[in-house]
Amino acid sequence: MNPPVATPFFFYLLAATMIAGGILVITRKNAVHSAMALITTLLAQAGLYLMLYAPFVAGVQIILYAGGIMVLFLFVIMLISIERAEKERQFNKQWLVGIVAAGALGGLFIAVYTTTTKGKILFPEGQLTYGETQNTQAIGSLLFDRGAGQYMFAFEIASLLLLVAIIGAVVMAKKRI
Amino acid sequence: MTDPNTLSPLDLETPDKTFLDANELVINMGPQHPATHGVLRVILRLDGEKVMGLECVIGYLHRGVEKIAENRTYTMFNPYVDRMDYVAAVSNGLGYCEAVEKLLNVEAPPRAQYIRVILTELNRIASHQLWLGTHALDIGAITPLFYTFRDREEILKIFEKYCGARLTTHAFRIGGLQYEAYEGFEKDVKNFVNFVKPKIDEYEELLTTNRIWLERTKGVGKISGKDCIALGVTGPVLRASGVKWDLRKAQPYANYKNFEFEIPTGENGDTYDRYIVRMIEMRQSLRIIEQAVEGIPEGPIMAKVPKVMKPPVGEIYHSIEAPKGELGYFIVSDGSTQPYRIRVRPPSFVNLQALDLMCRGQLVADVIAVIGTLDIVLGEVDR
Amino acid sequence: MHGFLQYIQSYLDSDKTPGGAGNIFWATVYILLVFAGLSVAVIAMNWLERKILAHMQVRLGPMRVGPHGLLQPIADAIKLLLKEDIIPAEADALVFWIAPFIVVLAAFTVFVVVPFGPTHAITDMNIGILFMLGVSSLSVLGIVTAGWASNSHYPLIGALRSSAQMVSYEVAMGLAVVSVILMTSLGPEGGTLSMIGIVQAQQAQGEWFIFKFFPLGLVGFFIFAIAMVAETNRAPFDLPEAESELTAGFHTEYSGFRWSLFFLAEYSAMIAVSSIAVTLWLGGWLRPFPNALTGPTWDLVFSLFPGITFLLLAVMCFYNTARMPKHPLFRVQTMGLAGFGVVLALIGLILFIPAVRVRVTDIYWFAAKVGAFMYLYIWYRGTFPRYRFDQLMKVGWKVLLPTGLVLLILTALVGMRTELWAELQGVWRP
Repeated sequence: MNPPVATPFFFYLLAATMIAGGILVITRKNAVHSAMALITTLLAQAGLYLMLYAPFVAGVQIILYAGGIMVLFLFVIMLISIERAEKERQFNKQWLVGIVAAGALGGLFIAVYTTTTKGKILFPEGQLTYGETQNTQAIGSLLFDRGAGQYMFAFEIASLLLLVAIIGAVVMAKKRI
Repeated sequence: MTDPNTLSPLDLETPDKTFLDANELVINMGPQHPATHGVLRVILRLDGEKVMGLECVIGYLHRGVEKIAENRTYTMFNPYVDRMDYVAAVSNGLGYCEAVEKLLNVEAPPRAQYIRVILTELNRIASHQLWLGTHALDIGAITPLFYTFRDREEILKIFEKYCGARLTTHAFRIGGLQYEAYEGFEKDVKNFVNFVKPKIDEYEELLTTNRIWLERTKGVGKISGKDCIALGVTGPVLRASGVKWDLRKAQPYANYKNFEFEIPTGENGDTYDRYIVRMIEMRQSLRIIEQAVEGIPEGPIMAKVPKVMKPPVGEIYHSIEAPKGELGYFIVSDGSTQPYRIRVRPPSFVNLQALDLMCRGQLVADVIAVIGTLDIVLGEVDR
Repeated sequence: MHGFLQYIQSYLDSDKTPGGAGNIFWATVYILLVFAGLSVAVIAMNWLERKILAHMQVRLGPMRVGPHGLLQPIADAIKLLLKEDIIPAEADALVFWIAPFIVVLAAFTVFVVVPFGPTHAITDMNIGILFMLGVSSLSVLGIVTAGWASNSHYPLIGALRSSAQMVSYEVAMGLAVVSVILMTSLGPEGGTLSMIGIVQAQQAQGEWFIFKFFPLGLVGFFIFAIAMVAETNRAPFDLPEAESELTAGFHTEYSGFRWSLFFLAEYSAMIAVSSIAVTLWLGGWLRPFPNALTGPTWDLVFSLFPGITFLLLAVMCFYNTARMPKHPLFRVQTMGLAGFGVVLALIGLILFIPAVRVRVTDIYWFAAKVGAFMYLYIWYRGTFPRYRFDQLMKVGWKVLLPTGLVLLILTALVGMRTELWAELQGVWRP
């Protein structure tokens, strides 16, 4: 039988990459460096999705975030004069508030996690194995299936929202259409 | 897109900027750039990819040809003119020789005139072939370049056989020709005409109806006939804007009045029309060559010209229709063996003025196309 | 030791890809093979492109290094590796350094899922096609960062152009791909995103998807075929590196080894997208005429093709050896060409061995189809002028995208026509 890929080693590796990338994103002064750190974070996140037996989500993560959205980010960043941006003051000295907010958010996460797993073991041993093939179909039927497709409406509304955003951007950027 | 025709040549103001406009970019193109046809330097002011204005910086190939003339005798200066428009050296020579002949009040004998016409028209074809190859290369089609250079080679071979040189031919002398047409000259020319006719169709097959070629050239670098005249633009560029002006018909020189040919004109004055006009011009040149080679009269090839030329005091302006436009020589004589002043009116230099007007509001890629379609030779622009 | 051998042996009996079988040894072997094969293909492509283009343009192309310039790519590679490695003073050194590696990594990683045969793939992913599109879209990041890090105007414009171009054409490309995925769902197996699954669906449905629902499959194929040229920045869509405008586009400031990485990436990306096209529309590793020319005799004939191809190449070599000038200066070249011919002939003979033949036929047909695309790339380059940027965008957004959308809807309608008809009748007669 195949050795499972979803070992703790890979989880910690990817998680560490994500955290390191995330820290770099907010600490780099150069916006392009930040963007590249963000790409690393997103790719590591795609890896985590793979470990969760969600290859479709991982693939979409790579295509949309790493390949699409980050390219547009870089596109915009490149048009900004980096030299000037680096000289400007980029950081607000509000770290106290920041720490409190972050701590509160972390506390909330832990609280939610512990309440939902009440009575269960917090860090269960052993690995779950799902069939890899189910993921894509499962997402498809969640979105579109007649019986189980409970997210159809939300999905369509979201795409409509994006359309509105695109048209809005065009209207704002172009004086004459 | 701003219509370049609505801008007057001196209107250098940029349209209003909004807060969303990206930074303006100033790009320096050349003097070392694959598409500026030599050492032209163009400073482009871009908004994104849109050209807001441009400025040509010339003079990188300045050799002081006009100044050199003042220290050379009329005969000695003759080879220098070949170095101006080096892809149409024969035309330059014809213009200079005819100007001095006019000053001396002599005329080349008919046989010399016919051979001059044949060589000049061959040179026009060669020049247009070189233009077509490089122009297409600039627009991204790499193959026509090799086709045109293959066929231009045949013309250069005729030149080489006639006078020993291929590029800077120095084919004509003041008062006629130095060399009699070699044995088999007429046959060579006839063979060439038959050889190149299907080849021109071949170039057209590659480009004329090519979708991408049409999209890249139609409506690009438009200039109206009025603007052309205001800027002094001549040659195929002027004719493509609908002005039927060809010095070979308007002020016939070198017995062009004996030949039947048509002046092609365009309607829109865009890059595509200039392409079509030049393609037709190549065919018309072949027509002239065919007529001329049939009718070469017998007789002397040199008029009676004094060994030491001392033209009478006075000045003369003589212009011919070079492949690129009106090539004029203004010669001031003080009665000595050397000209007091020679001023050349190079078509490339004058045509280059229109670049800014033609490129305003277009994209960077169009600047390349327009530089190509103006058919400039920097040797002639800078002199 | 015995256990290890058994481990190796065990895979040979399975009918899975090394990744599917979880056999790390064979997966490594396959990765190395694909990497080596790809490098050879890029080298061969380099030579072929120069030669074919040259012959289209009435010239000879490389003739000096080796017989008929056969060693030219190697000479070029050595030249590039020995060149000074320049990083411009004002460049962002780190990003400048990383950019080519991003491009190369993206270009090579996609080959993990390319199916050269039913078992000849490194692995078969459930999301194969999605993975290929996603990872190949990462290469644009490398191009953008390369252009930005050079800190120069021409590379920056090149990078902006290419990012806009690649993002735009990915949309049309995606739509064409989705129409194929819809077609796979019509088979008995149900829909799939796996590369091997897509080819198997074509096998099961008895036709290549280019012919499916004529002309819908064909239209989808054309959309993809246009978008893939734009996606790889090749003529007539080679604006990011438009020589006559931007000198060399995003890699203007690159030289030597780093430049050759871009070169490598460009060619392997070309092969990668061609593989997608072949897999999705042209039946992947399936041999031509699976329906018209059936039976064991035809199977045998088609399985002889690889050997025959190599023998033909060998014959070409020998013919040209005979045509070599008889001058002593050409002796080494003549011997070299003859030797090359002998090697090709030997490979051809090996490919006739039944055991080899069976394993190689799939790869051969796949490679032959990809090769046809490679020829198309060269042909385009020799024939077409270059699009202007706005025209390129117009083609992408105003022609390919709407066509793709209509195609998608039509494919869905035609594919579901019986169900739709039943549904409509149900509505009509309550």
